[in-house]
Amino acid sequence: MARNHVTTTVNGEQVEYLCDTTQSLLSVLRDELGLTGTKEGCATGDCGACSVVADGRLVCACLMLGVEAEGQQIETIEGVASSAGLHPLQQKFLEHAALQCGICTPGIIVAAKALLEKNPDPTEEEVRYWLAGNLCRCTGYDKIIRAVLDTAKQIQGVSS
Amino acid sequence: MSSSRYYAPTQLNEAVQQLAQQGARAMAGGTDLLVQMRSRLEKPAAIVDLKKIDSLRRVDITADSVRIGSGVTGAELGENTALVACYPGVVEGAELIGSTQIQGRATIGGNLCNGSPAADSVPALIAANGICEITGASGERQVAVADLLLGPGRLDLQPGDIITAIVLPKPVAGQADAYLRFIPRTEMDLAVAGVAVNLTLDEQGVCQQARVAIGGVAPTALLVPDAGAALVGTRLDATALTAAGEAATAAARPISDKRGTVEYRRKIVAVLTRRAAVIAAQRTGRAS
Repeated sequence: MARNHVTTTVNGEQVEYLCDTTQSLLSVLRDELGLTGTKEGCATGDCGACSVVADGRLVCACLMLGVEAEGQQIETIEGVASSAGLHPLQQKFLEHAALQCGICTPGIIVAAKALLEKNPDPTEEEVRYWLAGNLCRCTGYDKIIRAVLDTAKQIQGVSS
Repeated sequence: MSSSRYYAPTQLNEAVQQLAQQGARAMAGGTDLLVQMRSRLEKPAAIVDLKKIDSLRRVDITADSVRIGSGVTGAELGENTALVACYPGVVEGAELIGSTQIQGRATIGGNLCNGSPAADSVPALIAANGICEITGASGERQVAVADLLLGPGRLDLQPGDIITAIVLPKPVAGQADAYLRFIPRTEMDLAVAGVAVNLTLDEQGVCQQARVAIGGVAPTALLVPDAGAALVGTRLDATALTAAGEAATAAARPISDKRGTVEYRRKIVAVLTRRAAVIAAQRTGRAS
């Protein structure tokens, strides 16, 4: 039986691919499109390492089928920095040393960016709840939370 | 190795036909199905994606009913201020399912159909007297949420049946609901026990009706009529709350597992019953 032919938009660029019905979007991104910035952690929706945005919704790419992306707008970590340089979140993660091994970082940056677009001035509690589905086994989270809050301040022009 | 087929029907009757195929599985948010496919290394012969069917993706609030399409996600329920105003307890239950990422995908119908005894969205639907609209090969029928659940992972559904919506009565003046669960951490866990209370207070703050449903403490979520009856006619004083909690404990038939023991679950379900009743009463704006 034929594989599914999918036309979608990834980071603003139209792409086409073939995928099996049961193939996850995560597998498509990494194995078919070579976008390996999105990481596989648990592959069961618990760890958030594969966080991407699909039609404006933060999702785990491991829990979405590649075939479902037909006609959607998919945003991954590869689309976060621009030709002008790093996204403010990426810069703040460096400044705050909000990463150690880095495997969770792409997912957390994508998730935090989605939060700040929805809620530009979150409280610490809101950041912690929003990111509760992104597991980090190195940092203890505090530096991550501080980096996100500091980014929010910077974007609002009241840089600390 | 044969591949699975993927269908994304826009019409309900197409979906019913596609689901009638041997080995076909319905997919709403996919947050349970994809994990099952992975862990069991099982390949459905076909996946029928229900998210393109418009009537499953809507919330309709009319003069006398609140119809929640089965394919509405937790995040969408939380963003629907009119729905939150009608059923804050139903929405807070659905919003407790998983992380932000899961909320963007997981649907209220999927949570129900997965059949977990600890499903967070289910007790409040039972307390609200929710009715499932079901379409299948043999036509349309309606089943109360409380009657749909037969056991862990077992529902009163035939192959090809699709729950299209859960229909709740429009709340009357003085009516409100609440859902509380206990988990050992603050987020991202399954309920050790959960309790939903839906009640109506008159203008003097006296309880006119109350329905209490418990989750995570029996093979399915359960309505506890005795707990509701203990609240009716009272102003939710300590005696009434204690009696309602004791009724919940008496109705619970829990198991011991890594999340909690039988004894602990029986005790905590009473605590949650008392607290959820107080929150629901406060939400009516008529609590004395």
